[in-house]
Amino acid sequence: MTLQAETRTAIERARDRYPLPRSAILPALWAVQGELGQITPDAMGEVATILQVAPSEVEAVSTFYSMYFQHPHGRHEVIVCINVSCALRGAEGIVEHLERSLGCASGETTADGEFTWSSTVECLGACGGAPSMQVDHHFQENLTADRVDEVLGALRGAGPAVAGTPRRAIRRRDPAGGGAGGSAGRRLGAEMPGPRTQHDGESDPAAERGGGPAPTGPAGPPASPAAPPASPAPPKRPRRPRKDAS
Amino acid sequence: MAEYKLLTKDFGAEALQTLKGYERTGGYQGLRDAFTKFTPEELVAEVKTSNIRGRGGAGFPTGMKWSFLPKDVFPRYLCCNADESEPGCFKDRYLIDESPHQLVEGLLIASYALQVNTSFIYIRGEYHDQRLLLDRAVEEARAAGYIGRNILGSGFDCDVIVHGGAGAYICGEETALIDSLEGLRGQPRLKPPFPAIKGLYGQPTVVNNVETLCNMPHIVQRSGEWFKSIGTEKSSGTRVFCCSGHINRPGNYEMQLGTSIRELLEEHCGGMWQGRSLKAFQPGGGSMQVLLPEHIDLPLDMNAVQEAGSSLGAGAMIFMDETTCLVDVSMRLVDFYRHESCGKCVPCREGTYFESELMHRLEAGRATPAELASLADICSNMDGRCFCPLGDTATWFVMSAYKYFRGEFEAHCGAGRCPVRAQATALVA
Repeated sequence: MTLQAETRTAIERARDRYPLPRSAILPALWAVQGELGQITPDAMGEVATILQVAPSEVEAVSTFYSMYFQHPHGRHEVIVCINVSCALRGAEGIVEHLERSLGCASGETTADGEFTWSSTVECLGACGGAPSMQVDHHFQENLTADRVDEVLGALRGAGPAVAGTPRRAIRRRDPAGGGAGGSAGRRLGAEMPGPRTQHDGESDPAAERGGGPAPTGPAGPPASPAAPPASPAPPKRPRRPRKDAS
Repeated sequence: MAEYKLLTKDFGAEALQTLKGYERTGGYQGLRDAFTKFTPEELVAEVKTSNIRGRGGAGFPTGMKWSFLPKDVFPRYLCCNADESEPGCFKDRYLIDESPHQLVEGLLIASYALQVNTSFIYIRGEYHDQRLLLDRAVEEARAAGYIGRNILGSGFDCDVIVHGGAGAYICGEETALIDSLEGLRGQPRLKPPFPAIKGLYGQPTVVNNVETLCNMPHIVQRSGEWFKSIGTEKSSGTRVFCCSGHINRPGNYEMQLGTSIRELLEEHCGGMWQGRSLKAFQPGGGSMQVLLPEHIDLPLDMNAVQEAGSSLGAGAMIFMDETTCLVDVSMRLVDFYRHESCGKCVPCREGTYFESELMHRLEAGRATPAELASLADICSNMDGRCFCPLGDTATWFVMSAYKYFRGEFEAHCGAGRCPVRAQATALVA
């Protein structure tokens, strides 16, 4: 079997929540990607068995949605928005900067396997903080080349993820003073209970990518190259550059 | 005039994202009121009275949508559409980020009105942190007895499931959203039958936008009549406008409908940046037609903007200054539709491809006048001929830009580069 017991349990729990088992395909694929870093044919077969659908149906779904990876990706995922609002405020400069500083083109993975980055026309929904990007699913807004370096630099060497742009900065206006700026905000979830590692049977992708502080979820060991996996399952984060994209 | 804060009134209050914080601001009182003051039928009537129109883009009256559900057919389902992916839109994310419980409460009120025992929040995959916030909010609400069996002793049962998408704009279309929830590729279904008759799992289903549902606690507590008194006769209430582009203070602003676009731009967004002037703006998000500075005094009213040839859509306002190349903007939007076309129908799948290829050649200054002339042909073969609105709207911005900025489009033909960008660079240097 490809999947770890925790992932299987998460998928089964998701299945039991919905009126029809097949509704759990999307959450199941998120759980798979959380563990393996991509969607593999074997894993799709297992999902199909658990959800009592044909493997082809799982594959049809997994290839339709752009956030499921059919190939190994780097340890961190960087997505830069180049749709209108971001383009108007300099997204092209951010794209050029990433190309230069990471040394690979959009859609590729750095030679050290740290980053897979891509520019996307799919608006990320951060137009008020344009130009923007998502790093391991967290928003980074009001980007400059320096800020990009800061965020990616902190992630190199398996450091903890940099917190996303504070929530109040979305508004970019100090609610008290009414002036521009206004980043005197709280970090996302700062007042929330501790981060969960599992959500309604769905694993937290950020946590498993080293993007979150709690690596105790169903994904097994944290993404540390030195730590051998505790179970017979293969290592979680393939580190080879994605050259075989076709 | 100041913003009219209805949904955003308590934003910034301490720990508003938690149940305790939300309850401190009077949270979940709307749900209590719904149970004690209304029968489900009365609640539907109250929402009808409020005259609230859907905030997702089409602007369909919510009460009317609710009343289409056939009587005595159960189970029924309610889906909250949080698949906000329209270029320029970021209000649903803001509403969830700041007050996830407001959405959960609105969803529960609507569920009670519609007698739905299982409700879904379909949130786009990119809103990962927002999904976690909603997950936590739902769990807190469940632990407090707002979700589950016999809610607050009312005898009403309701479960809420937060369902994360995985990157598909088309899933914001209600029937595609339903397909996606059923574990299928998110592709639109043929209407009729409409979701109200046969939707999720073949049962009567209502799909409502995040912002629409966030209004429910307020309508219940303050009455439909009161809600109708805000805004204009045909566009009641407030809307959260997502302002972006070349302005000094991009962000979300909650405005009473009927306020002028000029006020939104000049007073709230701080005007155009760097002392530049407005060249064009797009009032409804990526799908909607471009408007000109001469339209800036239009009121934020769905009908008025429609009469001017565009739409308020999902409430996104993208402002562009004089250095903007409308061909470049069109190209990016067309690229978006090409990327997001689900491939189900030919006019959209092929049309967006041809459109995009042409716009790339044009922006690079390599298109011929004859090629440019084919743009209208491509678009007229798409608009009104596609299976769902995605393909139709893929032509709206580019055709309106071509109408208003024809000279700019023509100047690109054979220029070898983008003439507007070259000029803008010279201007700035």
